[in-house]
This record gives sequence, C-alpha cells and structure tokens, in this order.
Amino acid sequence: MAVTGLGVVSALGANRLEFWTSLAAGRDGIGPIQGLDGWQLRFQNGAQVKTLDVGAHFSQKDADMLDPFARFLIVAAREAVADAGIEWTPALKARTAIVTGCCVGGQATEDIGFSDLYLEKRGRVHPLTIPKIMANAGASHLSMELGVTGPVYTISTACSSSNHALGQGFWMVRDGVAETVLAGGSEALFSLGFLKAWEAMRVVAPDTCRPFSRDRKGLILGEGGAMLVLEPLEAARARGARVYGEIVGFGMSSDAHHITQPTVDGPAGAMRQALDDAGLAPDRIDYINAHGTGTPANDPTETRAIRAVFGDHAGRLAVSSTKSMHGHALGAAGAMEAVATLLAMREGILPPTANYLGPDPDCDLDVIPNQARPARVEHALSNSFAFGGLNAVVAFRTGEP
Amino acid sequence: MADDLTHRVISCIAATQHIAAERITLESTFEELGIDSLDGINILFALESEFSINIPDDAARSIRTVKEMVEGVGKLLEGGSAAGAPA
Repeated sequence: MAVTGLGVVSALGANRLEFWTSLAAGRDGIGPIQGLDGWQLRFQNGAQVKTLDVGAHFSQKDADMLDPFARFLIVAAREAVADAGIEWTPALKARTAIVTGCCVGGQATEDIGFSDLYLEKRGRVHPLTIPKIMANAGASHLSMELGVTGPVYTISTACSSSNHALGQGFWMVRDGVAETVLAGGSEALFSLGFLKAWEAMRVVAPDTCRPFSRDRKGLILGEGGAMLVLEPLEAARARGARVYGEIVGFGMSSDAHHITQPTVDGPAGAMRQALDDAGLAPDRIDYINAHGTGTPANDPTETRAIRAVFGDHAGRLAVSSTKSMHGHALGAAGAMEAVATLLAMREGILPPTANYLGPDPDCDLDVIPNQARPARVEHALSNSFAFGGLNAVVAFRTGEP
Repeated sequence: MADDLTHRVISCIAATQHIAAERITLESTFEELGIDSLDGINILFALESEFSINIPDDAARSIRTVKEMVEGVGKLLEGGSAAGAPA
C-alpha cells in the first residue's frame, strides 16, 4: 500500500519540511507553555504549534468554525493531498475515505464555553461549541472541503488513535473498500482545564522529554496534526506518483489489564500481529519508531516488549522516540510518527532520541541517542500504546526499489 | 432609538458573519447574505449578549430577514424583564 502524500503540523513547524529538518537535526520543539494567563502548573514546558499562520490558511469565518485541532488536521491534509498530486474526479471522491484519530476533540472550545458558564455566569454557551468540539469535526470539514463522499470517520483510542486510523485506512484500501484513503489524526490540548488534569496524573516531566534515558521524568505534551495519502502501489506507479514508502502491516491488541498501567504482553502482541499481517519475520525489521513517551512506566515496559518479540535481533535494531522532539500529541502521535518513519526511510537518516542523558539499564536498546544516524532501512515499525491498554502498531516498507 | 436598534442588530450580524455592515440593510434576507441555519444561531447568540435578552426557540425559528430580526429584538426589549429572564 503506497503512501504518496504527507502533511504535518507540529511544534517542529507548520509543514513537512520543517518537521523533517528538525528531526534530522535532533532539535526539539519543546518550550515554555504559552497562554496560561498566570496560572501555575507543576510542569512548565510543552511542544506547542507556534508557527502556523491561521490567517494564511483560513478566512476569519472558517477559522471561527474550527477548533485548533480541526485546523491542524485540515492544514496537514491539504499539504498531503497537494503532495500526492491527486486529481479529483467525482468517481474518485466517492471512492475515497477519510479516517482520522483524535483523543479529546475541541478542548480549547470546551474550556472557553464552560468557563463562560461556570466562571463568568454568562448563562449561555456559544452555539458553535457542539460542532467545534466533536472529535469528528476535522474529518467532516475535510470531507466537505474536498467533496469526499466515501466512508469518513474518527477513531478515539487515546494515544493510539491515529495508528488505529492508519491501520483502518490501510485495510480499507487493501480490501478494496476505498481506492484512496486520507488517514492520520490531530490534537490540540493546550487548554488550562486539560493541562490541570494532566498535572494531576503526575506523568508530565517538569523539564523535558528524555525517552529511554536515565533521569527521565515523564512525557511532554504536544499538539498538531499529520495526514497520509494511501493508495494501492500499482495505482500510484501507474499515475507516476512519488511513493514515500508502503504500509505493509497493521496489528492491534488490548491489554485487558489496567486503565493506565502498561503491560509487556499487550504491546508485544500488537507488534507480532503487525509482523504477521505484513508477512515479515522479526529479523526483517531494521528500525522501530517507539511509543517512547519518556515516562518511568512506558519505556522499560516497551523495551521488554520489544525484546520479547525480537529476541536477539532486539540488540541489532535501531529504536528511537521522536516524541523527544515533537512531544506527545496523543491522538496525532501515531500519524506524526508515521510521517517521521516514512521520511527517515526515504532519506536514509534515522531521527534520534533527543535530550538523552545516558543509559538506563532497564531500557537497554540502541535508541540512537541525540544524533541522527545514516542507515538504510528496508522495514520499520511504528508503535502506539494507549491509556486503556489499547495497542496499535503499523509496519512500513521503504519506497526504494 | 429605532435607528440605533437597527444599527446594533446589523453590527452584530456583520461582526458574526465577517461581512461589511454596509452590505446589510433592513430589507436584506438571510438567504441574500448567505446566512445558513448555523450562522443564524450564531447571530442569535451575539444578539442575546448585545442586548442582554433571551430569545426563545419558537420566536427565533421563523425569522428570515434583518427586518424581522430587528422587530423581534425590539419586542423582547419592550417586554422588559420577562424577556430577559432565564429560560
């Protein structure tokens, strides 16, 4: 299944090129959280989208209609669709699907609406609140903009949302349900109420994100959107499209264990499913874009899961967490990391795990500390594991002949 | 007073729709101004805030023109405290 278009908006920039340039340089987009209006949090830093010129992308009226999470999705999708050079026909619009991932919907809109009500005692909430906060708003606006009339839906599985979306999209094209799929996800989570809820979880780092590193103190929240254009490889070649790489497998599992604590078996099961779906032996994988949140709980558990699946080959694998640079964008994470993985394979450069201070014996993988590494990668996995124990893993093959 | 009321209603419509107030007259229909049902409730929200009134659903439903909107707001303002009470 060819990936012929990529678009991304993140703390690393408002487009694909800025995203990749930062990843290849090992430069993070983490900084002091803006817009807290003097409120204090136990953490100060986040990976916020700072360079998106909303006025350049949307009329004022359209911008009013869109929560930031929907704006991120649409801007990323426009970039991906233009990149893929799709020539829309009425038949193709009817045979195209849009599948997006989103964890929490329009948090900023919800925050404003409810603070107006509870705090300002305004007695009324803005009438656009409902159509702006619904998690499918981005997908729906995108379908209207493009005139796409095939299946359009949004998946919400916390931090795995957009990997589930990519997997569903991949299977829909493979099964002939759709000719073309726009799949990915977006998230905009920097509103006070939501940040306070994360503060209470005690999993956000007070400094920065250091996945797999000693002295790591937690995750760093991020935001943005990423979209991919998927189509059958033969169709992509027939129309002369650029093929970044292929999605070749998808696996998912549920821990059935705990609402926040991860397990080894669940993630390992999802990785095995993805390999089986792709028809790949474990030793064919060269690189894993890890879930790698930087929390004390995730990284050693993910390390054990990778060792359980890959055995001795785990010592030969390159693994990195690009969340160390673009932050943890929840429902957008899987899609951003898919873009990172595809660009890494195409460029022959593996993005590092940034902010790495030194080894943690419980995370004894080759995590590409701090410096990007030239490498030829034929196959890769991208892991997403969610609160709620929902695991989704996508397998990729390079587009190189 | 009536002119002032018209001016304030038109200002609300212009601000909500991001269109020039000069384009809007008392005779303008919502259709001419490109105001759909969602735009309509958006304008009602702005009017409720502007005039500190509560516009009931049944009164809102039948309004199709700027003139009807101005008259409706005027009636609610004449109604005084009853119209401004919480629903």
